[in-house]
Amino acid sequence: MPDIELRNIRNYVFNGLNMKIFDRELLVVIGPNGAGKSTLLNTIAGLVNYDGTVLFDGVTVDRTATCERQVGYLFQNLALFPHLDVASNVGYGLVVNGEGREGALNKVDELLRLMKITHLQDRYPKNLSGGEKQRVALARALAVSPEVLLLDEPFSSLDTGACQCIRREVKKIQKKLKITTILVTHNLDEAEEMGDRIVAMNDGRISEVADFMQNCAGCRIDCYCKR
Amino acid sequence: MRLDGWVPIIVFALIWEGIARIHLVPAYIFPSFSAVMSEFYHLTVSGVLIDNLASSLFRVLAGFFLGSLAGIMMGTVMGCKEIINRSFHPIFSLLYPIPTLGWAPLLMIWIGINEMLPIVLIFLCSFFPVLYNTITGIRSVDGDLIKAASTLGASDQKILSTVILPLAVPNIFTGLRLEAGMAWRVVIAAEMVAIPTGIGALLIRSESLLRVDVIIVCLMVLSVMCLAFERIFQYIEMRLTEEWR
Repeated sequence: MPDIELRNIRNYVFNGLNMKIFDRELLVVIGPNGAGKSTLLNTIAGLVNYDGTVLFDGVTVDRTATCERQVGYLFQNLALFPHLDVASNVGYGLVVNGEGREGALNKVDELLRLMKITHLQDRYPKNLSGGEKQRVALARALAVSPEVLLLDEPFSSLDTGACQCIRREVKKIQKKLKITTILVTHNLDEAEEMGDRIVAMNDGRISEVADFMQNCAGCRIDCYCKR
Repeated sequence: MRLDGWVPIIVFALIWEGIARIHLVPAYIFPSFSAVMSEFYHLTVSGVLIDNLASSLFRVLAGFFLGSLAGIMMGTVMGCKEIINRSFHPIFSLLYPIPTLGWAPLLMIWIGINEMLPIVLIFLCSFFPVLYNTITGIRSVDGDLIKAASTLGASDQKILSTVILPLAVPNIFTGLRLEAGMAWRVVIAAEMVAIPTGIGALLIRSESLLRVDVIIVCLMVLSVMCLAFERIFQYIEMRLTEEWR
């Protein structure tokens, strides 16, 4: 999985943002609403225009279309396709990328088992609970074997119990698949629980960086509050 | 239609029959239900009704199919490409409010009084509502779904065919359903004014011969056709969307 580097990113939110996300780490970007967290993910995914350079493993992807960047993106509202059942949602990326029927079915089956949602495969999103939708969206994002996983406040709509359960599973899967992951949130508990490293963002700028692995809880709180 | 839906119709027919049989009004002005049904049988057996209905049906299907197809195609392009939308929207905004039959005199001069006239009128009648419903349907697709499809590797064409158009189906079918009935109204008007065949022409001939029974038969056939068209589209829409809506 790649290192991701952002060099001098400028657009309607950022004014010369520089940032690096290391291979296989789970970086949490924390900050208030409007800080630019989602725009950061959209920039990495190529969903918004920007000046500057985004590099995956030292190779620029600025001219690479979103559909070719190999990012898995979990949107805040999950963005499940309402007209497709769970299996089709999970297999969507495989089908549009020309994966053979047999291969796609096997991969979908594998992901449904990984996310423990095999029993939901024929249901439509309207008939799923929040937690179930979450698992389907994550399975769909992982189906295309992304090099980078972008999580945009994916747990914000869940109740506390479901939220903690899903967080643990996401963390476990991320470690198992060794996938470079960026999670944006404004929930400090979530950041503490999930992150290998935490970055605080405000007004499109990185205000402080705290290395979660080096046990600096006070620092983390400070940098989050430093607005 | 459920059985209880037929009850008011049967009661209505009985009351109609009863009033007609009292002979308060001459039978040639207000024929009984049974007389109308009898005329319906004669017109059907003689082939007059079938021939005229076939003429009207062909015009409706041709005009409606072409108009809807053009409306869906143009609406898709306008819904997806803002520059195309900005280029054509002002023109269509000026043309859309013109009542379809308002085009008739101009079209009579341009294409003449022939088989093409009602087809072009129905084309115009179908095109604009389907166009605007398609644009609305495409515009109302959640942007995050498009982004999600894009991050999953779908090209623009794939996103259009696998996400945008399927999700625009309910809006497109609303336009089709409404205009299916309208197409019949337009073809009848065109046939009454200019074309010597079809249900509209049969209506206007019957009026000149004071054949109220034939007029009522034609109106009943029209009613059934409008309803059938609307129900067919309602059924197709339901089959396409009931599982996920």
